[in-house]
Amino acid sequence: MDVKIGLEIHCQLTNLRTKLFCNCSSDYRGDEPNTHICPICMGLPGTLPLLNEKALEDGVAVALALNSEIQPKMTFYRKNYFYPDMPKNFQISQFDGGDGVPIAKGGFVDLDVGRRIKIRRIQIEEDPAKLVYSGTIDTAEEVLIDYNRAGIALVEIVTEPDIRTPREARLFLQKLRDILEFLGVSDGSLEGSMRCDANISLGGGTRVEIKNISSFKEVERALRFEITRQKRLSAEGLTVQRETRHWDESRRITVSLRVKETEEDYRYFPEPDIMPVVVSEQYVDAVRGALPELPHRKKDRYVEDLNVPVQNAAILSRNLRLSQLFERCVGLGADPVEASNWIVGDLLSYLRELDLSLEDPKVRAEHLVEMLRLIEDGLISGKIAKEVLLESLKTGKSPKRIVEERGLMKIGDEELLERLVEEVFRENRRAVLDARLNEEAVNYLIGQVMKKTAGKADPVLTSKLVRLKLSQIEVG
Amino acid sequence: MARLMEYSFKEASIEEHVAKLIERISRLEPEIHAYITVLEEQALQKAKRLDDALNKGVAKGKLTGMTVAVKDNICTKGVRTTCGSRMLLNFNPPYDATVINQLEAQGAIIIGKTNMDEFAMGNSTETSYFGPTRNPFDPSRVPGGSSGGSGGAVAAEMADLALGSDTGGSVRCPASFCGVVGLKPTYGAVSRYGLISYANSLEQIGPMARTVEMCKLLFEAIAGHDPLDGTSIPEELRRPTELGSRTERRSKFKVLVPAQILGEGTDERVEKAVLNALSEMEMVEFEVRSGDLPSLSAALPAYYVIAMSEASSNLARYDGVRYGHQSPWKHDWDETYSATRAEGFGVEVKRRIILGTYTLSAGYYHKYYVKAQKVRTLLITEFKEAFKRFDLIAGPTMPILPFRIGEKVKDPLEMYMCDVDTVPANLTGFPAITIPCGFIEGLPVGLQLIAPPLGEELLFQAARLFEEELSLRVPRINR
Repeated sequence: MDVKIGLEIHCQLTNLRTKLFCNCSSDYRGDEPNTHICPICMGLPGTLPLLNEKALEDGVAVALALNSEIQPKMTFYRKNYFYPDMPKNFQISQFDGGDGVPIAKGGFVDLDVGRRIKIRRIQIEEDPAKLVYSGTIDTAEEVLIDYNRAGIALVEIVTEPDIRTPREARLFLQKLRDILEFLGVSDGSLEGSMRCDANISLGGGTRVEIKNISSFKEVERALRFEITRQKRLSAEGLTVQRETRHWDESRRITVSLRVKETEEDYRYFPEPDIMPVVVSEQYVDAVRGALPELPHRKKDRYVEDLNVPVQNAAILSRNLRLSQLFERCVGLGADPVEASNWIVGDLLSYLRELDLSLEDPKVRAEHLVEMLRLIEDGLISGKIAKEVLLESLKTGKSPKRIVEERGLMKIGDEELLERLVEEVFRENRRAVLDARLNEEAVNYLIGQVMKKTAGKADPVLTSKLVRLKLSQIEVG
Repeated sequence: MARLMEYSFKEASIEEHVAKLIERISRLEPEIHAYITVLEEQALQKAKRLDDALNKGVAKGKLTGMTVAVKDNICTKGVRTTCGSRMLLNFNPPYDATVINQLEAQGAIIIGKTNMDEFAMGNSTETSYFGPTRNPFDPSRVPGGSSGGSGGAVAAEMADLALGSDTGGSVRCPASFCGVVGLKPTYGAVSRYGLISYANSLEQIGPMARTVEMCKLLFEAIAGHDPLDGTSIPEELRRPTELGSRTERRSKFKVLVPAQILGEGTDERVEKAVLNALSEMEMVEFEVRSGDLPSLSAALPAYYVIAMSEASSNLARYDGVRYGHQSPWKHDWDETYSATRAEGFGVEVKRRIILGTYTLSAGYYHKYYVKAQKVRTLLITEFKEAFKRFDLIAGPTMPILPFRIGEKVKDPLEMYMCDVDTVPANLTGFPAITIPCGFIEGLPVGLQLIAPPLGEELLFQAARLFEEELSLRVPRINR
């Protein structure tokens, strides 16, 4: 059945430092409730909102990165409804209807799997406060309000119903988060900085909205559940109701919040305290000129300037932190190709294995570079390096220290190696005979020497000694 | 200036001046009830400080020692600001409005917070939770509204100066009914920061005084760009624009009297008094012509749609959660909010909230709000056209004389009709002044002059001529 999914994503502009309409600090996480508030963001009588111009700049940057069309004159509207998390009982937002003009319309995001997801509009608005229930939403005796979040700047990104699978929804969200991180406007790793509502309809049928989804993983789950639920309804000959549903994370089901009949009338009208904002072409050009390097440009540069294999470059440029790690390695003097191979290959698989994120303090470019240098200087073999890297990621210790502590330094002592080679030759007479005709047997002999040294023997030297010895053996 | 010297500074010291004023307030206040809060101690202390500064020769404010009565919808730090409502009975703003800071900087003394129609909704000061203010010329009559307390305080000489707010005529109406001068400045000329919003796109804080000169002085003290108000006109745009360039006095003032503001609904005696005053002025420096401004007839309904729409949204914040009146918890949010608002707001406020909610609702927004905005645009265009040929637009400020307390409260529509001549200045954002132009049976009649944007100087010049030429015999208010 034809599945249509549209997403509405709210991203906090976490790098603004201040709120959207006042000078309160937006860096509230972990602080006491209601300590980042002022008369303006509390909407006290007599106060007036004052637009934070940096928010406009960030909004334009997002729109440019999403190939969206920036509107020459945008307006702010009031969205009126009563709810205890809204200090003024209206939200200053934008509106794509009536005379309302949001900051940008249209645009698209190309997924790595070759699908293009179209954007409908992008708008700027203020975040409401946070309701803190003592217990669950149903059973709480009381609810506390933390206004620290009230008035934080949000960009709302609304997609067309272009997404076809729950998996695609997740890929889109990841991609979007990456783009926002590249732009430096929003830190997606902060709790609650990105929130998502999803619309879903099956076979051109009724649209259901799912609200309050906390993570990308949960979006995928919620949509999966909803597809199953709607299919089952259809199979039973029941109709899907147009309604808003809540994703209950603990039970992993959606539950009905309200049906169409009770959906609010927001009574949008132009915010009289904020004049329409003229966004000139020069302004847009200036923002464009100051945009940081975005993924596709990064990829090209890695390939062209640093000779990184295309495959590696594509992976490294996809994610801001990964590209930062790579660029830091190069900056510290690592060979770009070697560094890219190690990051894309072993490092990423170890991180998955250890369930570590790139932000973990144990993941350090300095350590990676040190390890690469140990290989380059012939002090450890590639095989030992893998062990060292894994250990370093587990413990946070530097590769040098690991090598020293565990005596992993390569054995380059020729006399010692000669003795070992002789030993191996004595113990493997059959292989020695074969080796003169068969390269595989040569490698077997080299491997035996490595085995005796637990991989520490200098592979180049060992190979040389084995071949020398073979050439010295007289054929009887 | 004569009046100013005569009253304000004939005392030996500012402290003496303030003490006499407080004495006068305590004598007249029981009858007039112009104030919600009188700041006796605070004012006396400030007076002492100013006297000290004067003695040391360091006082330099334009308003040094002058007492200002401030409408109770303008926030004063640490002094309750009620908007004449039970909802904000104990609201103590943690900040001062920008105009208050400006007054302080100029050495003015805030003498008290004045009575007003609840949330500035009304033109009789009868909807105040604190009871009505009475007209000093006839205490059985209303002082006008919504800045009736400010009008009454100035007229009865219970303050040297007063601030009101004008959303649809709320400064000019009480100024007219109380026989004083009142100005509705150009939209954006005076900061609205700290003015508790009723209808943001229409309202301005405005000065009231017994003379044009004092009114001008107060206006100059509060005008200026305020970075806290996004609708405040930037300093570089305050130089007269193309339209405002006629702030230089011509050989004669060309005045337009639109046919639409006379006749039906206007008291014949008022009309006559205004036209008499204008024709008297023709002897001097005025050239008066009648003409048409057709859109004026649509101004009143457009005004009420916009004002009520904005009000319904602005007043949504009074839910009792963070400040103000709160009803005890009633099992869910909606019911608790409803109870709080039902108890906290008066009838007129509720009426306007409901009407405003209706006009903004889905399906009615285009029929009412959008249409009202179109009328507004049309009106601006017509006014701009008129100002290509005329310096000023003139007519009565109020179509009627001050009515008796209780006379109109039962009929809101009749009450709304009183605003017919004042609302155009709010819809267009153009400045307008009212000055007394005559008395009928001891009751004052106001004449209104409207100028192009930022044409306040032009208004003061013309008004001063009226003041000089008409030399009105003001009935004594000396109780």
